[in-house]
Amino acid sequence: MSAVKRAALTAAMILCASGAHAQDISDAGLLVWGGKLERLEYRFGDEGERVAAYEGDAFVGNDAIKFRWEGEGEYDLDEDVLEDFENQFVAQVPISTFFDAKAGVRFDNPDGPDRVFGVIGLHGLAPQWFEIDADAFLSQEGDISGRIEAEYEGLITQNILLVPSFEAEFGLSRDRATGQGAGLRSIEIGARLSYDLLERNIQPYIGVHYEHLFGGTRGLARAEGGDTETLFAVAGVRLAF
Amino acid sequence: MRVLSIAAVALTLLGNAAVQAGEYNITVDPVEIDLGHTKKTGVGFNGKSPGETLRFTEGEDVVINVKNNLKVDTSIHWHGFILPTAMDGVPGLSFDGIKPGETFTYRFPVVQSGTYWYHSHSGFQEPDGAYGSIIIDSKKREPFKYDREYVVIIADKHHHTGARIMRNLKTDADYYNRKQRTLLDFFSDVSSKGSDAALANREEWGEMRMMPTDIEDVQGYTPLMNGKTPEQNWTGLFKKGERIRLRFINASAMSFFDIRIPGLKMTVVSADGNNVQPVTVDEFRIAVAETYDVIVHPKEDKAYTIFAESMGRTAAARGTLAPRAGMSAEVPEMRDPPLLTMADMRLSPLHQAAGHEGHGAGHEGHGEGHGGGETHVMADGTVMSGAEHAGHGGHGNHGANKPDPFYAPGSGLKPTAANGGRFLSYADLKAQKPLYPDREATREMEMRLTGNMERYSWSINGVKYGDSDPIRFQYGERVRIKFVNETMMTHPMHLHGMWSILDNGSGKWDPIKHVISVSPGTTVYMETEVDAPGQWAFHCHLAYHAKAGMFRKVIVEGGPKEAALKDKTKG
Repeated sequence: MSAVKRAALTAAMILCASGAHAQDISDAGLLVWGGKLERLEYRFGDEGERVAAYEGDAFVGNDAIKFRWEGEGEYDLDEDVLEDFENQFVAQVPISTFFDAKAGVRFDNPDGPDRVFGVIGLHGLAPQWFEIDADAFLSQEGDISGRIEAEYEGLITQNILLVPSFEAEFGLSRDRATGQGAGLRSIEIGARLSYDLLERNIQPYIGVHYEHLFGGTRGLARAEGGDTETLFAVAGVRLAF
Repeated sequence: MRVLSIAAVALTLLGNAAVQAGEYNITVDPVEIDLGHTKKTGVGFNGKSPGETLRFTEGEDVVINVKNNLKVDTSIHWHGFILPTAMDGVPGLSFDGIKPGETFTYRFPVVQSGTYWYHSHSGFQEPDGAYGSIIIDSKKREPFKYDREYVVIIADKHHHTGARIMRNLKTDADYYNRKQRTLLDFFSDVSSKGSDAALANREEWGEMRMMPTDIEDVQGYTPLMNGKTPEQNWTGLFKKGERIRLRFINASAMSFFDIRIPGLKMTVVSADGNNVQPVTVDEFRIAVAETYDVIVHPKEDKAYTIFAESMGRTAAARGTLAPRAGMSAEVPEMRDPPLLTMADMRLSPLHQAAGHEGHGAGHEGHGEGHGGGETHVMADGTVMSGAEHAGHGGHGNHGANKPDPFYAPGSGLKPTAANGGRFLSYADLKAQKPLYPDREATREMEMRLTGNMERYSWSINGVKYGDSDPIRFQYGERVRIKFVNETMMTHPMHLHGMWSILDNGSGKWDPIKHVISVSPGTTVYMETEVDAPGQWAFHCHLAYHAKAGMFRKVIVEGGPKEAALKDKTKG
């Protein structure tokens, strides 16, 4: 069966999924879904900045293909500004033992100019248990940009996790309207210490989160009187459904 | 179950009548299951989980009316039974399943004896509670004596539904693993082995993205013994000096158990319903879906604990044998959990990709030893000469340090008896009486047990059931199946409708089973006399492995047609 045919069949099956499949002995009818708010947090900056932020995803599918929503948002509580509001809708297929390829669209609708992007990316688990996301974006303005995220789930005990994370964004060109320069745009480094309150479904955490802008992006932010580097203390909860 | 007891009385009255016929009524119902700390809604038979013990007699023609009181389809599979394909109870293979409100009538002759069990083969109803025990009394005198008997059926009941567990595993394969290695474990490794060794070990496992603690995929369950939690303490009464036959059944969805009765030796007389040459042990491991009959002989007027620790030591079932109700004996602490070793990973492609080719030598080396009949390849990859082969199995494996060919050499899973005594090995099992003439297999077939732990997908030869073609056997052939376990999990492989003869080197005395448990990093052989026409399931009996794709349809072609089509009646 060709990959295209299989994907089409799977999509059709997902659309007409019913309880009857659950009684089947076959894995073919096995439909899986899940949702996570990886971060739902309050950030308190080193200069008194207050920000509410979230990052999450939800999916439905099977081993052959998954349809996934990924979203994140940041709300500046001091200025009452929705600084970041991003939603991606992607299809995801396995390409190796530990990695999936994904493709889809991304919508950015913060306060300020909106953008639509095409997305292709990789998601998977690298050796030594690093969870990796690497995405490339092409905006409707023709701007090509990229983002790499890495995260590690460090178990201190069976119930206490320390999750360090790293994210870098870069662009091949400038998008002045959205304040994005060319080259390395920003990095974010975080560490969150969580506790399994209810199984793996509710995990409150505290931590630190550091953002640093670079190059043209830094210049544009400075020109607007924004922060170019901020260290936050964070408190939040990780939720899984 | 009045009808059942009437039928039983009728049977007793009939005595040695030429053909006995018993009629049994079973309803499949939503039930409440008491897990001690919580109660859950599940599925049971005749309003209970586990369902009550069915007692048949060898030679009896049974009629079993199964009424579905659920809102979804159901089915009952008679685990280990040799019966017409239409009576096997696997929806999609043997019949269409039983619709809500409908009754299906199973009719088949009982052609065997021993300890078996029955369970739903639909969705996740078996992990959700739809299981029960079956005793088939032998027509002939059995080659051992006992004064009383008890069924001891063990199940790993979880507070999550089966569907929820599958979803959690598919989303996050280590969702239930609460035995992962932590930073604190790392510090203790550093202090015991030194920082270089501790780091190297972490790197080696991290490179494969696997965990040495991945022994039980699903943890956090309550192990029930005859439906009772460890605190509720199921108790079987005896008078001192009596011989007690305990019919152990592992009806768990996912968990293997190491069973012992401190203070008593256990004489194993039967495995998977078939008598074996008696072997006396201190402890034995029961794979998912296996049955073992043991005889114990308590000579003191005191209570004894039946203690069943899960293989990964995440939970223990407990019951008591006592001269009087209300007594109990000391309950042992669970031993430390085992850790998988690189030996257990030696057949894994990930392990080989990580540059550990050397460990995997056992894999490629196989195969060539076959056919000639002069050499025999053991589970650990060593080749034995004919003479050694013949002698093998006669010695068993006493003591802790004897290698067990059914675990990879250096495996972290190889069990030892808590009291330092004898732990039963597959190598110790020898048929009491061969069921078939010993003959050369007509064909060999390889079944690599494969999977992806991180994605929680399980397969055979790298192909999931949904993508697979049926396996075709010809009626009358003797197929030799070579299981190669390339994964890190232990897979209890179950072929429906025909016996699985485990090749443990005992030749004509090779034991006759219905579940062949294959440890990680090992190659194990079984042979099947293909004598049952029809369509049969062949799968890993771990509920979530089977559902994720470690499953095959076997079609037996040829043979007497009427046997396949007979009794395809529907209620």
